[in-house]
Amino acid sequence: MADTRETLLSLTDYSVAFDTPDGVVQAVSNLDLDIAPGETVAVVGESGSGKSQTFNGVFGLLARNARTGGAVNFLGRDLLSLSSKELDKVRGRDMAMVFQDPMTALNPAMKIKRQLAETLEIHRGKSRREAEREALQMLKQVGIPDAERRINQYPHELSGGMRQRVVIAMALLCQPKLIVADEPTTALDVTIQAQILDLFRDLTQSFRTALVLITHDLGVVAGIADRVAVMYAGRIVEEGKVDDLFSRPAMPYTAALMRSIPRVDREAEAVEPIPGRPPNLIHPPSGCPFHPRCRFAEEKCVRERPPLGEVSAGRRAACWFPFIDAEAGTGGENALAETANV
Amino acid sequence: MSEALLSVQNLSTVFELRARSPFAKAPKLKAVSDVSFDLKEGETLGIVGESGCGKSTLGRSILRLIEPTAGRVVWQGRELTDLSAEEMRKARRDLSIIFQDPIASLDPRMTVADIIGEPLRVAEPSLDRKTRRQRVLKAMEEVGLAPEMINRYPHEFSGGQAQRIGIARAIITEPKLIVCDEPVSALDVSIQAQIINLLRGLKERLGLTLIFISHDLSVVRLVSDRILVLYLGRVVEIGPRGDVFARPAHPYTRALLSAAPIPDPDVARSRKRIPLQGDPPSPINPPSGCAFRTRCPIARDVCAKEIPPLIPVEGGTHRSACLFAEEVLRSGDDIASASV
Repeated sequence: MADTRETLLSLTDYSVAFDTPDGVVQAVSNLDLDIAPGETVAVVGESGSGKSQTFNGVFGLLARNARTGGAVNFLGRDLLSLSSKELDKVRGRDMAMVFQDPMTALNPAMKIKRQLAETLEIHRGKSRREAEREALQMLKQVGIPDAERRINQYPHELSGGMRQRVVIAMALLCQPKLIVADEPTTALDVTIQAQILDLFRDLTQSFRTALVLITHDLGVVAGIADRVAVMYAGRIVEEGKVDDLFSRPAMPYTAALMRSIPRVDREAEAVEPIPGRPPNLIHPPSGCPFHPRCRFAEEKCVRERPPLGEVSAGRRAACWFPFIDAEAGTGGENALAETANV
Repeated sequence: MSEALLSVQNLSTVFELRARSPFAKAPKLKAVSDVSFDLKEGETLGIVGESGCGKSTLGRSILRLIEPTAGRVVWQGRELTDLSAEEMRKARRDLSIIFQDPIASLDPRMTVADIIGEPLRVAEPSLDRKTRRQRVLKAMEEVGLAPEMINRYPHEFSGGQAQRIGIARAIITEPKLIVCDEPVSALDVSIQAQIINLLRGLKERLGLTLIFISHDLSVVRLVSDRILVLYLGRVVEIGPRGDVFARPAHPYTRALLSAAPIPDPDVARSRKRIPLQGDPPSPINPPSGCAFRTRCPIARDVCAKEIPPLIPVEGGTHRSACLFAEEVLRSGDDIASASV
């Protein structure tokens, strides 16, 4: 990655492990990832890839049996070394999280007005009246119709899409520099999903907030992300600009994922599944974690784990045989043709 | 049409809810309203719609897992809705269902052998244990489960494998029709494709007729011959897959298609979206006339007057319940989702 870039959040050699009765689950391994101010980065992966645990760790939301390693630098401070009291000052003010189920973030026994205003009173020291006025303003900004009435209601009186808007409003209230949204639209219908994604797009632009979008849905990624990091078995296996990654995936896993999803805009006779299933993280495979499912795997892939290296400008992949000629920075046409035909 | 394997005629399912007070009238939720369609042997009908549109209730009402309130379900010329419990039990071996949540739909205390063999015990109680086990093994082979898994329990399986168990259970009585209710929605993308291909293969090999219920339009496009779009319990559009996806004739279908994510940044940026305002209205108190009019970008006064009937567009089997279907069709060439 370019060193000259300004970074907001920087994960360095970051790991998350869980002690379980069956052994240690290495959920996230030696992750390096930088997020620049104002950019939208999608973190993509299947269940168990470590995409959620990575950011649960950043926010100090891991279960008790978790251990973290490495460094998480946010605005010049290492979050992993902060006490929970110090972390409380950062969370909600400088960085906020939006979850899949809005009810996990909303207090069912509290009116919308109070939940929103409280954030401002605590983090920004606003008076009650001022906080409530700003809360109403924000509800309007996230597109809640009839906001004057809604603000006096309880969460259960709102629809799922509207609740998610309230959570987004709450996340934005203190004008954080970073929002991490974990599958924020997965529980919503497509028409509502489109509304929420539009909202994220507009708001990140107008507030210059960086957005990390954790998702399994490549369609959602294509519509909103500037950059994409693909995770597999607790590691980033490919990372790059959204256009590059979609038009010429360098890592066989990314390429296989793209071929396995049906498209609504195309007539197709079949999709191409990825054989097998994601690995067990207590006993991960040797070498490249994807090798048991990779049709291009060779002996070296079984023996040695490929590092996440730069394969072309602004493009990293963890593969011994990426579909990109690293020196020329152009597509490895042979490899690509081969993937298309098999 | 006499060649129909299944004919659903004016099917309605209404749930009576609890009254707010002992003196109030119990509100009624019309989950499915006046749905009609025919299904030919070997055909796959995709049923799409958003949550709460009644697609699962429709699937279950057809199989009488939920008793429909009105209308008829004619299966191979016989009216299912008239059958006694005993006759229905016999008919059930031809009619099967696959559920969304693969693990939750399997009894955790039963072995794979018992789970897959259960429908057979009901349909053919005279079979001896050995034959039944052989049939279970055959079904397992069909769905790609190794025979040594036969004595295991559901919790030992991943989501994809559990769904294979659910499919084996659904095919063991050699049914003719299977209702697939969101069969891949709970699975990871790489596993989704495995299960989709398995279902397509089984359909060909076993000559199955499928009703494929899903909220995911891209999956439905891949597996279906015909598409039925539901909104608030009513059919708003039905037709051959190619027509519905390439030339949607109802504004709701167009909006749905335009909102479905496409994994291609170029297309995602350039396509035209038809934004819908707000949420679907409550099925307890649906709007008068066309239920979609409260969110419809082209709604007019006349749409509030009466429920628009399903009328053929382009003079074919493609039908839309929009008074302005022709207008929708004419304006339809500019949405990116329509590229074939």
